[in-house]
Amino acid sequence: MGWFKRLKDGIQTATRNKKEAPEGLWYKCKRCKETSTVKELRENFLKCPHCNYHIRIGSHDYFDLLFDGNFEELFDDLRSKDFLEFSDLQPYHKRLDDAQKKTSLSEAISVAVGKVNRRKLIVAAMDFKFIGGSMGSVMGQRIAQAIDHALETRTPLMIISKTGGARMMESAFSLMQMAKTSAKLSELAKAKVPYFSFLTDPTTGGVTASFAMLGDINFAEPEALIGFAGPRVIKETIKRDLPEGFQTSEFLLEHGFLDFIVDRKDLKSRVGDLLALFAVKE
Amino acid sequence: MVFLDFETPLEKLYEQREKLQQVSEEGDIDMSAAIKELENKIKNTRKEIYSNLTGWQKVQLSRHPERPYTLYYIHQMCRKFVELHGDRYFKDDKAIVGGIGNIDGQTVVILGHQKGVNTKMRQYRNFGMANPEGYRKALRLMKMAERFNFPVVCLIDTPGAYPGIEAEERGQAEAIARNLFEMAQLKVPIVCVVIGEGASGGAIGIGLGDKVSMMENTWYSVIAPESCSSILWRSWDYKEQAAEALKLTADHMFDFGIIDEIIKEPLGGAHSAPEEMAKILKRHIKKSINELLEMTPEERIEARINKYANIGVYDVVKEEEKVEETES
Ligand SMILES: [Zn+2]
Repeated sequence: MGWFKRLKDGIQTATRNKKEAPEGLWYKCKRCKETSTVKELRENFLKCPHCNYHIRIGSHDYFDLLFDGNFEELFDDLRSKDFLEFSDLQPYHKRLDDAQKKTSLSEAISVAVGKVNRRKLIVAAMDFKFIGGSMGSVMGQRIAQAIDHALETRTPLMIISKTGGARMMESAFSLMQMAKTSAKLSELAKAKVPYFSFLTDPTTGGVTASFAMLGDINFAEPEALIGFAGPRVIKETIKRDLPEGFQTSEFLLEHGFLDFIVDRKDLKSRVGDLLALFAVKE
Repeated sequence: MVFLDFETPLEKLYEQREKLQQVSEEGDIDMSAAIKELENKIKNTRKEIYSNLTGWQKVQLSRHPERPYTLYYIHQMCRKFVELHGDRYFKDDKAIVGGIGNIDGQTVVILGHQKGVNTKMRQYRNFGMANPEGYRKALRLMKMAERFNFPVVCLIDTPGAYPGIEAEERGQAEAIARNLFEMAQLKVPIVCVVIGEGASGGAIGIGLGDKVSMMENTWYSVIAPESCSSILWRSWDYKEQAAEALKLTADHMFDFGIIDEIIKEPLGGAHSAPEEMAKILKRHIKKSINELLEMTPEERIEARINKYANIGVYDVVKEEEKVEETES
């Protein structure tokens, strides 16, 4: 599924613009509130043409942005289940059903293999729309299988994070996915297969505190929220306001936890460069 | 003595006993029969209460102000112990302590979260909530253990890693992630025991090991029940429900295959007989280390990684089922 369709599905049209844009082909920027057409957005790599705000996009948008053409989806046969019979204001199995219907996705992460500037890359990308991009057993398992595939085929791996963290409805099982993914990555590192961690808005909680911080290269989109604890929790704990720009990509770069920040329009060429530089001589 | 809310029947019996003792001390009336009867009643009531604890009650017990903490166990278990400080980069975190010790002839590196024993010390220990330098100190000690071939023991007891500005600046997430990554490949045995609270990334940051166990009245979860209540129920009032829903007790964790063993506590909880608890813990640690020393480092690392790789519950659908999903 391409970005155009997905963007259309998720379009937010201001009511007053409905008449002028009957097909909902307007996008109102969350940040600068300016409107632009979907065509303009598409031409601008799904960023606001007025303020360069990188709108939150989905796994398949990134696949389209990165891969040369065709790509193959992997491990899409895994499905989450409500094995703890977890119920808060609504049962977990209902949350899962709703998320699947709403997003047409099977989980909060999708894995694909394809070529970026003619070099093979495995990409695992998250969807924030699917229960906040939260990490449960399936996310852990898809990442583990992606790592196995990277090991077997000696193909570099890229994980694109966009998540609120662990999936509470899987309790300790979701916590253990931190250990699982990190342990698997230690095997990938031992085999000297490169792993690129790309952090996008937002990346917090147990994902940041495991595979997202463990890239050979860690890089991010501009102005993404990245952290361990969420800003609200920190504010409630320390009982004072947070400094300007706290927990942004720029903040993490300054404090030494990112290698660089890349604008979405340069993403493909930058990843292509990394692949070329890391490539083992034939 | 501190009584928890569900221990009210016990508290009343203790009060009665105290009164009887006073009466018998003041006058000439012999109360010994009545006191003995009360003591039996106390024993039975305690047994009754403690055999039916809910998830939330175990959370309360794990936070009991008289519950023993890491340093108590270390000093009880080790004939010699030298505490080591600092991460060598930034500072010494007081919420994670560690050092080199000797348990019945076996040198170990032993570390864990540390809570304070009184109001002043609780502040000093930051309530057992570590900053990045705590995790980095732990890793430094573990790497030293690896160099000298000492087994590593990690005692877990934290309400979570500290959510603060400086913690984020210094990379709380990176520190925890790095520990998971390095602990997976550590060549020496790692024995982990949850001795109190096992909350979230702050717990697993020193919790990846060959053998992971929990004391009977402890909990392990992706989030503390109060925080879970506030996020999923949008109110702080559902902590009991959240504790049940999270299935966070040692019994659950054992049934799920997430931990290897449950360590029995003395009746009434670890705090009711701390010395006995320390003896039980020491036996467990010795046995676990001896078992793990039977394996080669390569075997241990492989088994360790496989253990975590197998944690997770999910369905696998067939091709034709995928088609049905998209049509429905
Ligand atoms: Zn804008």
